[in-house]
Amino acid sequence: MDLDFTEKDEAFREEVREFLNEKLPKRLSDKVRQGQRLTKADMEEWHAILNERGWLAPHWPVEWGGTDWSVVQRFIFETETAMAHAPRVVPFGVSMLGPVLIKFGTEEQKKHWLPRILDGSDWWCQGYSEPGAGSDLASLKTSAVREGDHYVINGQKTWTTLAQCANKIFCLVRTSKEGKKQEGISFLLVDMDTPGVEVRPIKLLDGDHEVNEVWFSDVKVPVENLVGEENKGWTCAKYLLSYERTNIAGVGASMAAFERLKEVARTTRRNGSALIEDSLFAARMAEVEIDLENMRTTNLRVLDSVGRGQTPMAESSMLKIRGTEIRQKITALMRRAAGRYAQPFLDEALEGGFNGEPVGPGWAAPVASQYFNNRKLSIFGGSNEVQREIIGKSMMGL
Amino acid sequence: MDFSLGDDRRMMADSLSRYFADTLGWEARQAAAESEAGFSRDMWAGLAELGVLGLLFGEEAGGYGGSAFDAGAVFAEVGKALATGPFLGTLLGGNILEAAGEADLLGEVIAGSKILTFADDPAMDSNGVVTDPVKAVKEGEAWRLSGAKGVVDYLGSADLIVVTAEADAGWASFLVEADAEGVERRAYPLVDGGAAGELTLEGASARLLVSGEDAISKARALGLVATVWEAVAVMEVLRDATIEYLGTRKQFGVPIGAFQALKHRMTSVALEIEQARSAAINAAAYFAKDPATRDRYGSAAKYTAGKVGALTAEEAIQMHGGIGMSWEMPLSHFAKRLVMLDHVLGDEDAHMARYLKLASAA
Repeated sequence: MDLDFTEKDEAFREEVREFLNEKLPKRLSDKVRQGQRLTKADMEEWHAILNERGWLAPHWPVEWGGTDWSVVQRFIFETETAMAHAPRVVPFGVSMLGPVLIKFGTEEQKKHWLPRILDGSDWWCQGYSEPGAGSDLASLKTSAVREGDHYVINGQKTWTTLAQCANKIFCLVRTSKEGKKQEGISFLLVDMDTPGVEVRPIKLLDGDHEVNEVWFSDVKVPVENLVGEENKGWTCAKYLLSYERTNIAGVGASMAAFERLKEVARTTRRNGSALIEDSLFAARMAEVEIDLENMRTTNLRVLDSVGRGQTPMAESSMLKIRGTEIRQKITALMRRAAGRYAQPFLDEALEGGFNGEPVGPGWAAPVASQYFNNRKLSIFGGSNEVQREIIGKSMMGL
Repeated sequence: MDFSLGDDRRMMADSLSRYFADTLGWEARQAAAESEAGFSRDMWAGLAELGVLGLLFGEEAGGYGGSAFDAGAVFAEVGKALATGPFLGTLLGGNILEAAGEADLLGEVIAGSKILTFADDPAMDSNGVVTDPVKAVKEGEAWRLSGAKGVVDYLGSADLIVVTAEADAGWASFLVEADAEGVERRAYPLVDGGAAGELTLEGASARLLVSGEDAISKARALGLVATVWEAVAVMEVLRDATIEYLGTRKQFGVPIGAFQALKHRMTSVALEIEQARSAAINAAAYFAKDPATRDRYGSAAKYTAGKVGALTAEEAIQMHGGIGMSWEMPLSHFAKRLVMLDHVLGDEDAHMARYLKLASAA
């Protein structure tokens, strides 16, 4: 056994680092590092930079603008970009819809939609969850009725992340009430400018506007916007949920967050000595660090098996569960590190370019908000309970 | 043995509960918590009129309570209603005023005509280091304080500030008028609603209240009892809301509480909350014992409340799913308060460390 990357992979890492060094605007990495809010323009800017280099959608086939990177190279890319505090690539178009279109879309659909994802013409959001269909996604009720050349959609989606930025939404809709509930679902592409689409903001507990309700009343969608076959949308949905989960553990993001935590624990003093010398705090840090190192190797083992042609199911779920737990623990430690200074809420300090006087430690302003916001990690993308069901079924046959 | 609150205390707790129910409905709570002051002045005046603040102090000081259980009973209602306001500052600062025999001044606080706060934690600079602790210097008969205190509850609204400071002869507590010269206040809102502020003193004129650290330690210990009782009450609200949700929210055709994985996790939460309640009772029951015993049970309770608080808040949100994270749901605000209570008067780790020290000395 050998945990070292090959020379070729190390050369690739250098190439990625060089690119980040040259092209990642400091203004953006500062915001990410300090936990400040990114604007739509910030995210678009980073997308455009990646696209210019041809690295926006590494997991797509080369013919559609992707790369021929190995899974290990993709892991290196994810890790390096996260460690450099690059903004996260908004996943809805690039990582979710793109692969579905490549797998199930018609030639026309691919030609029309894929370039628009890359060049930023379209910002997609995901119309999956409904008020009554969360973990039990297949019980969704938003209906699409075929009328001539159109489907007419009625219903409501919820927890739609960044719908306020999007001009397009891909939706799971019910096209049949016959048979098993999974068998009457279709996958539709909807222009958000169509009459009858309404976005209503949902404010989250940290005060931020990140998710929305999306309402549909008699929304007409041309039939050519159906992806895959009618009533076979569940296949697309499952593919989307299982695709590209090999980096779902967010090892890079956790490594970056842990580095930040270490930095903070070295400088912050508690009762006269550095926080990192506080035996209880240090033990908590060590526990997470060990888990993260283990996770990194677990992740690489999964990548290795994918590289040899296997399709991970239970393994992806394991990566998701433990990966999100680790990220949540790190944000909880940042909150602890701030002591009483976790509590002040300085809204203006969460905006980029803030150069006012901080309250207490300069890094403390976003830590409580991030801790509360990161509760979402174990809820979205299939809650960790749902992931455990998947492991039980696919790995254990239970 | 008697685990009841006692009739008088129960009556006051009930009337406080009714008062909150009548005047601090959810919208009113939110409006007050998000206002600049961080609480409702009308509510505070109402509480004073009701006599609630008097329950926090003994008879000699013009109150009619003053035991740890009295404080616990009041703070449990505060937690249940998720009320914001200078409760802790009143209790801790008032406790020092009481020790100093300042009955007249305390009378004004109990009557609601003066807002009191307690400035104890040192301010940290932008690197997370305490560089400017408050020092007291005697000039003739007068005292002058200089230095900075951090995250002082409801500082912006305070008329009177009890400040802990180190003088040549050791720690002591002082009274500073909020509008005195050399007093600088920077107010800000808190993540869980309410407000606090950074206090900077530059030669501010102060009155010595009590010399020595004993009175300060006792006030802090009473603060631990109060925050732990408040935390347990918040936990119970979260527990009840989550049990209700598990019984009514249906997925896969059944209430989600029918899934053993969730049901058993929820029973663990409920079990831990009972342990936390017992820890809170222990802390109140041993408050009047010798300081070492008092502090050991205080730390045990604060440690327990911190640990169980995080578990309860996190599980309540997780079991609610997305809806548990929405601002619109009271649940998310209770969860925020509960987690933030761990940051008040020393967190789980701080109290584990203190417990270890006290236990090895016992």
